[in-house]
Amino acid sequence: MEFFLHLLVNGLSLGFLYALSALGFVMIFKSSSVLNLAHGELLAIGAFMFLVLSAWAELPIVLAFVLTLVGTFILGFIIERFFLRPLIGEKLIEVIMLTLGLGIMFRGLLLFIFGGDIHNYPSFLPEGLAIDIGMVSVPSVYVATFIIGILFLIIFGFFFKYSSQGIYMRSVADNQPAALSLGVHVRRVFALSWAIAFIVAAISGIVLGIINGINVHELSAIGLKVFPVVILGGLDSIGGAILGGVIIGLLETFTGGYISTSLREVIPYIVLVFILMVRPYGLFGLVEIERV
Amino acid sequence: MRRLKFHPCGNFKESYLSELTVYQTDFGRLWTLAGLFLIFVVIPLISDPYALYVLNIMGIYSIAAIGLNLLIGYTGQISLGHGAFFGVGAYAAAILGTRAGLPFIVTVPAAGFITALVGIVFGLPSARLKHLYLLIATLAGQFIIEYVMVQWDSLTGGAQGIVLPGASLFGIDLGTDKKFFYVVFVSFVAMTWLAVNIVRTRYGRAFIAIRDNDLAAEGMGIPIFRYKLLAFAISSFFAGFSGALFAYYMMAITPEPFNLWLSIEYIAMIIIGGLGSIPGSVFGAVFIVLLNETLTHITDILMNLGTSVGAAITIAPLKEFVFGLAIVIFIIFEPKGIAEVWRIVRSSFRLWPFSY
Repeated sequence: MEFFLHLLVNGLSLGFLYALSALGFVMIFKSSSVLNLAHGELLAIGAFMFLVLSAWAELPIVLAFVLTLVGTFILGFIIERFFLRPLIGEKLIEVIMLTLGLGIMFRGLLLFIFGGDIHNYPSFLPEGLAIDIGMVSVPSVYVATFIIGILFLIIFGFFFKYSSQGIYMRSVADNQPAALSLGVHVRRVFALSWAIAFIVAAISGIVLGIINGINVHELSAIGLKVFPVVILGGLDSIGGAILGGVIIGLLETFTGGYISTSLREVIPYIVLVFILMVRPYGLFGLVEIERV
Repeated sequence: MRRLKFHPCGNFKESYLSELTVYQTDFGRLWTLAGLFLIFVVIPLISDPYALYVLNIMGIYSIAAIGLNLLIGYTGQISLGHGAFFGVGAYAAAILGTRAGLPFIVTVPAAGFITALVGIVFGLPSARLKHLYLLIATLAGQFIIEYVMVQWDSLTGGAQGIVLPGASLFGIDLGTDKKFFYVVFVSFVAMTWLAVNIVRTRYGRAFIAIRDNDLAAEGMGIPIFRYKLLAFAISSFFAGFSGALFAYYMMAITPEPFNLWLSIEYIAMIIIGGLGSIPGSVFGAVFIVLLNETLTHITDILMNLGTSVGAAITIAPLKEFVFGLAIVIFIIFEPKGIAEVWRIVRSSFRLWPFSY
């Protein structure tokens, strides 16, 4: 029973990590229907920026955090300006290939600068957040992850539903030419969505870095783990991303605990194939599958 | 003898048949003959073993890249699992060659067909859906196939891999680079011929119609699900075929080379070479193999300079950076790849001195 509870807590925390990393991905998909293959590298860039500011430049944590967010926001604009803007109006497939190329480029750059080792942040989270449930205790990082996840869910839910920018974003994702002809500023929408997604990715990357240490390879692998999560939850659903993340996290830890550790890494992808067969729009995705 | 045909100064095609011809002018035919002569007579005579090795790898990669281009460039479906399918072909050939003891000439095409079947398994859930779901399914396929290769010890030999019997064809041992060169390039020519003819007949036209507008294609009576699956099966066949050649050429295989990075290299090849162009796939394969070899050499030279091993290790990620940069630059500035650059160069020669 203790083993079970242990796995449950681990799975939930891992799941919230996945959910958190999936949020930025869903953000970009929702606003431009681009599958961002560079997502893992965006996580890594955010995490490393925070590392440089907090551990190497030794700024106060809060200042470093704010500077990271500002920096990634600006970087998001820069990426959009130089790499994605030339492709507005081009076919989706080219944009997706471009994100693949960007991802490889960023990974090479990060590996070149920071190497393949694991780096660690100085510890700074208050211990008071930790929760003890009987036999198992939940460290404060996981509690923070949980809170951040819920916070994002609420903020983005309202953002996409009610704010005018959110509605512009959804319109661009739905049909770019139509949005353009109705006077939506597609360039601004793209820039803003990449900038915001980059911020979300940076926060997720920092949280991942606090828990596992920061490693380029691991973070970019998580960028791919996002796919089972979002397919399970529904590609364009924020709530779905969180639930999908939790389910995948639980599935992974329980498979690792009870069946075999080597199967653990693959089980999300096996599930992914099954979901594609049975319910390709996921749990909460928009049921608008065009069968052509 | 009829007179040689040259480029007409306009579009004077009078029938669909003339629209479909592979060679618009007789020069194309002559150049092809010259190219074949160069490949099969001149190059084997003048190349040293290292050059032959590089050429063989180029030939093998080109076959797989042509397959991927049929899928991505012509049908508009992205696959992130081409490297794994390449591996499936390699393993299929190795297992058929060692366990069943089948000869080389049977195992290589059989490996192609087995890979096509595996491809269909992963294509089935996604090919009936819109929205690039194939990309996600093939990503899953990549990881699942890698897992099976490592874990199914009794069949694949796990992490140790399989040692293949030496390839022999019609009683001739193909142990040397030069003999294998002929095998690779005969297959290369045959597969290119196959691909060119797939593209210009009804199947290829259906693929292109699906890429350009799937709804319109459906409306014109193309059964999209069947054709998407067919495109995926054909592309997997090419991957499996070249994977089998790769396995025989390397003589021993492990699961390691068939990872996600190989799939990405294939995508890089066809983007850099030119999406939707068969010569483009070959250009791309040549470019990537040359890039790989050059970067390896630079690393070696840095190692030998002896400053430190550290310098060589920091150089290694540069390879990824250069790959990514090449993809990004080509997509932004020349989305049709090297093939388009080649076409522009050619036509500016042709139109000289009035090139625009």
